[in-house]
Amino acid sequence: MEKEKKTSFVDRIWDFFASIKLAIVIFAALSITSIIGTVIEQNADPERNIKLLAKLFGQSSAPSLFRIFDGLGFMDMYHSWWFVSILLLFAANLIICSMDRLPKILKMVREPVKPLSDEHFKGFGIRKELVLHGGPEKTKAVISDAAGKALGFTLNETKEAHGYQLYAQKGNYTRLGVYITHFSILVILFGALIGIFFGFKGFLNLPEGKTYAVAFSRMGRMQETAEFETILNAVEASSGNLSTAARQLGTDEKTFRAKMQMYGIFPLEFAIRCDEFLVDFYSGSDMPKAYKSWLTVLKDGKEVMKKVIEVNEPLTYERVTFYQSSYGLLPGGAENGTFRFRLISKEGKTENANVRFGGSFTVPGTTLSGKIEDFSPALALDERTGRAFTYAEQMNNPAVFVTFSENGNRKFGGWLLRRYPETWKLPDGNVVEFHGVWGVQYTGLQVRKDPGVGVVYLGCLAMAAGLFIAFFMSHKKIWIKLIEEKNNTRVIIGASANKNRHAFEQKIEKMTALLNKVKEGGK
Amino acid sequence: MDSSTLFGISTVAYIVAMIVYITYLAFRAPQLGITATTVTVIGFVSQTFAILFRWKEFYEMSNMGILRAAPFTNLYESLVFFVWCLILGYLIIEFKYRNRSFGAFVTPVAGLALAFIDLTGMDKGIHPLVPALQSNWLLVHVLMSFIAYSTFALAFSTGLMYLILKTEKRSEPSYIFWTITTGIFIVLLVAMGLDYLSFKVLIKNPDVLIKSFLFKASFFSHSPVVSVLSWIAAVVFIFMFWRYGHLLKKIVGAFPLSPEILDDITYKSIAIGFPIFTLGGLIFGAIWADQAWGVYWSWDPKETWSLISWFAYAFYLHSRLLRGWRGNKAAVVAVVGFVMVIFTYLGVNLLLSGLHSYGGME
Repeated sequence: MEKEKKTSFVDRIWDFFASIKLAIVIFAALSITSIIGTVIEQNADPERNIKLLAKLFGQSSAPSLFRIFDGLGFMDMYHSWWFVSILLLFAANLIICSMDRLPKILKMVREPVKPLSDEHFKGFGIRKELVLHGGPEKTKAVISDAAGKALGFTLNETKEAHGYQLYAQKGNYTRLGVYITHFSILVILFGALIGIFFGFKGFLNLPEGKTYAVAFSRMGRMQETAEFETILNAVEASSGNLSTAARQLGTDEKTFRAKMQMYGIFPLEFAIRCDEFLVDFYSGSDMPKAYKSWLTVLKDGKEVMKKVIEVNEPLTYERVTFYQSSYGLLPGGAENGTFRFRLISKEGKTENANVRFGGSFTVPGTTLSGKIEDFSPALALDERTGRAFTYAEQMNNPAVFVTFSENGNRKFGGWLLRRYPETWKLPDGNVVEFHGVWGVQYTGLQVRKDPGVGVVYLGCLAMAAGLFIAFFMSHKKIWIKLIEEKNNTRVIIGASANKNRHAFEQKIEKMTALLNKVKEGGK
Repeated sequence: MDSSTLFGISTVAYIVAMIVYITYLAFRAPQLGITATTVTVIGFVSQTFAILFRWKEFYEMSNMGILRAAPFTNLYESLVFFVWCLILGYLIIEFKYRNRSFGAFVTPVAGLALAFIDLTGMDKGIHPLVPALQSNWLLVHVLMSFIAYSTFALAFSTGLMYLILKTEKRSEPSYIFWTITTGIFIVLLVAMGLDYLSFKVLIKNPDVLIKSFLFKASFFSHSPVVSVLSWIAAVVFIFMFWRYGHLLKKIVGAFPLSPEILDDITYKSIAIGFPIFTLGGLIFGAIWADQAWGVYWSWDPKETWSLISWFAYAFYLHSRLLRGWRGNKAAVVAVVGFVMVIFTYLGVNLLLSGLHSYGGME
C-alpha cells in the first residue's frame, strides 16, 4: 500500500515535468522576464534605470521601485539565480518530455514494415489503382524497377493467395529529427555552463607601448588599492610567471591565484603588448572604417606572435582570444605622447623625428627649428570666425600647433593636421609631415577564454541537422498489392508519409506514369 | 539604368498590381487576374535587378569583397529586401495554389512598406560600412533572417484572414483578440504618421532624431489636452473596430479562399520559416557575435527579442503537432508570433538600445 502511494507520487512529479503545460509556462516565464530585461538596461549605471523607471512610473516611486527591482536581480537579470533556475527547469522539462515520448517513437523507428490485410488498404491517404498487362510475376519485376527509379525504394515481397504484396519504408530514422533538435538545445546549454564555470570573460585596456600579463573581470572587485597595485606590479615584473611573482611577494602560487581572483585579475600565463592603435576613417569623413590594434604576444619574454586585429578579426593565443572592442585617450593626454614627423627640406633631404610635447626638431640641412606648442585630438575650423577648435574627444583628426624659428627668431607658426597634407607645407618651401601621436591612446580589448564554445557550436550543428530532418524529411511507407486477373494484374497502391504527403504523392504518380508507359509499350 | 530608377519602377508596379488585384476580386475577369500577375512579375523582376545593381554600385564604391557588399545593411535596404521576399513568397503561393485572391492582401503590404520608406524620408543613400558589419556573415545572417521574416509575414496575414473568417460572436476571445490587435496596430501606425508630420513641420534642425519624437505628437505630447485626447481617441477607435469588425468579414468572405487553405498556408510558411530563422537568424548570428564581440550570446535586446519570437513559433509548432491545435487557436499564435517579429525588427531599433543599432532611422 505504502509503496504504491510512493510510485504514484513519483509518477506525478514525472508527469508534471513531462507535461506540455509546464513547457508553456516556462516559455511564457522566459519570454516575459526577458522582455523586462530588455527594457531595464542590464549592468548599467543605476542612474539610467532610475531615470527610466521615473519616466514609466513617476518620479516619486522610482527610487523605491529601483531598490525592489535591484533586490530581485533585475539589474543583471540574465545571470540572476531565478533566471538561471528557469533555464534549468526548461532543460529538465526538455529531458523528461523527450524521455517520456522516446520509447514510443523508437518503436516506430525500429518496427519493420509488414504486409497488410485488405481491410487496411482502404484507409490510406494516398491510394492508386491500375491494371497492368501480364501476370503477377512479370508485373512484380516491372513494379520493383519503377519503384527503384521513381522512389528509390527497394521493395520486400510476400506471396499471397492471388498474387503478391510488395512493401517498403524509408526515412524511419527521420522521426528522430525532433529529438536531435531537443537534444541539441541541451548540448548548447551544457556548453554555456562549461563557459560559465571554466571560462573567463573580461577586458583589458592596453595603452600603446605597454605590456600586460593579465586581464580584468567586469565582475571582480576592481579596487585601486595598494595590494591590487602590488599584485599587478609583481605579475608584470615576472612577465606573467605566477610562481615567480608569488615568491617575490613571499607567498605560494595558490594563495596568490586566489587573491588575484578576488580582485578580478585574470592571469594570462603570457604577456601581450600593444604596439600601436589606429582608427581608420573613410576618406575625409569622421566615419570609422576600421579599428586596428597591432598586438604582440610574448611568452617567457620572447615574441611568439604578432597580429593586427580588427573588429571581426580577433587574435587567439593559448585559447585566450582578444577582440577589438573599444578605445580611448589615456589620462594625461598628449604630455606623455610622442609626436611623429617626417621632415623634408627644400633640397629634398629627409629625416624622421619623434618629439615629445613641448620639444623641438630641426629641418635637416637648415637652421629652421619647430617647437610643439599645442595639441588637439580632433581639430576643426569654425566656418564664420576661422578659429580652430576641438570638435571631438577622440583622435579623429589629430593636429599639432608648431611654431618655427630660425636662430631664435620666431618666423611663423600654425596647425599641422594629420588628415590634411596641404597643412604640412611651410611658407618657405620646407615640408613637415605630421603622422600622428603615439602613446596617448589605449586599445580596449575584450578578453575571453571559453572552453565551452566548441560544445555550443556542436550543439548548433546538431540543431541545424535536427531541424532539417524534422522539417524537410519524412518517414514514408508504401504497400503494393498485386492480384491476378486473367492475363492482367490489378495493382493497388497504398502509401503514407508523416510529413509532406503531397510531395510523396507526386513521386508515386511519377511511378504510376512509368508503369503506364510500360503498359503502352507492351501492347 | 541605375538602381533607383528600377526601385521606382517596382514601387509603381506593386501599387498598380494592388489596384488590379482588388478590381480583379470585384469583377472576377480572368484577363484582370493575368494582368495583375504580369504587373507583379514586372515589379519583382525590376526590383531584383535594382537590388543587384545596388549591390554592384556598393561593391564598386567600397573596395570590399563582393560578398561583403550585399545591400542589406540598414533599415531602408532591409525593408526593400523584405518586400522582395514577400512578393517572391506570394508568387510561389499563387503558382502552387492557383489562387489570386490572396494578392489583394499581399500587394498592399508591399506597397505600404515601400510607402513607409518614402513617408518617413528614410535615408536611401549608399553608405560605407561600420567596422562591425564588415564580415562575410552579414550576407547569410541578414539574408536568411529576412527570408524567415517574410514567411512569418505570410503566416501572419493568412492567420489574420482565418480569424476574420472564422469568428462569429463579439464575445468570442479570438474575435476580441484580432479586432484589438489590428486596432492597436492601426492606432500605432496613425500615431507614427502624426509624429512624422509634426516632425517635418516643427523640426527644421536635422540633428534632432525622429526616434526621440516617437509618440510625442499624440500620447506623450507635452500638452496634457492633446495627450488625453489621443488616449481617448485610441480607445474609442479600438472599441469601434471591435464593434464593427464583422464588416471586414464580409469583405474577406467575398474571396474564394477556404479557411482550410489559409490554415495550411499559415502552417507551411511557419514550417519553412522556423528552421531558416533558427539557422540564419539565431545560429549564424551567434557565430558572428562570437567572432566580432567575443560572446556568442549576450542577451542584447535584439537577441532576446529574436529568442522570444522563436519561442512563439516553437510554441505554434508544438501545439499543432502534439496537441493538434488547428484553426483559431493556431491562428492566434501565428499572429502573436509576428507581432514579436515586428518588434524584433523595428521596435528594438526604435525603442531600445543595444549592440544591434545599425538598423535605426538615424
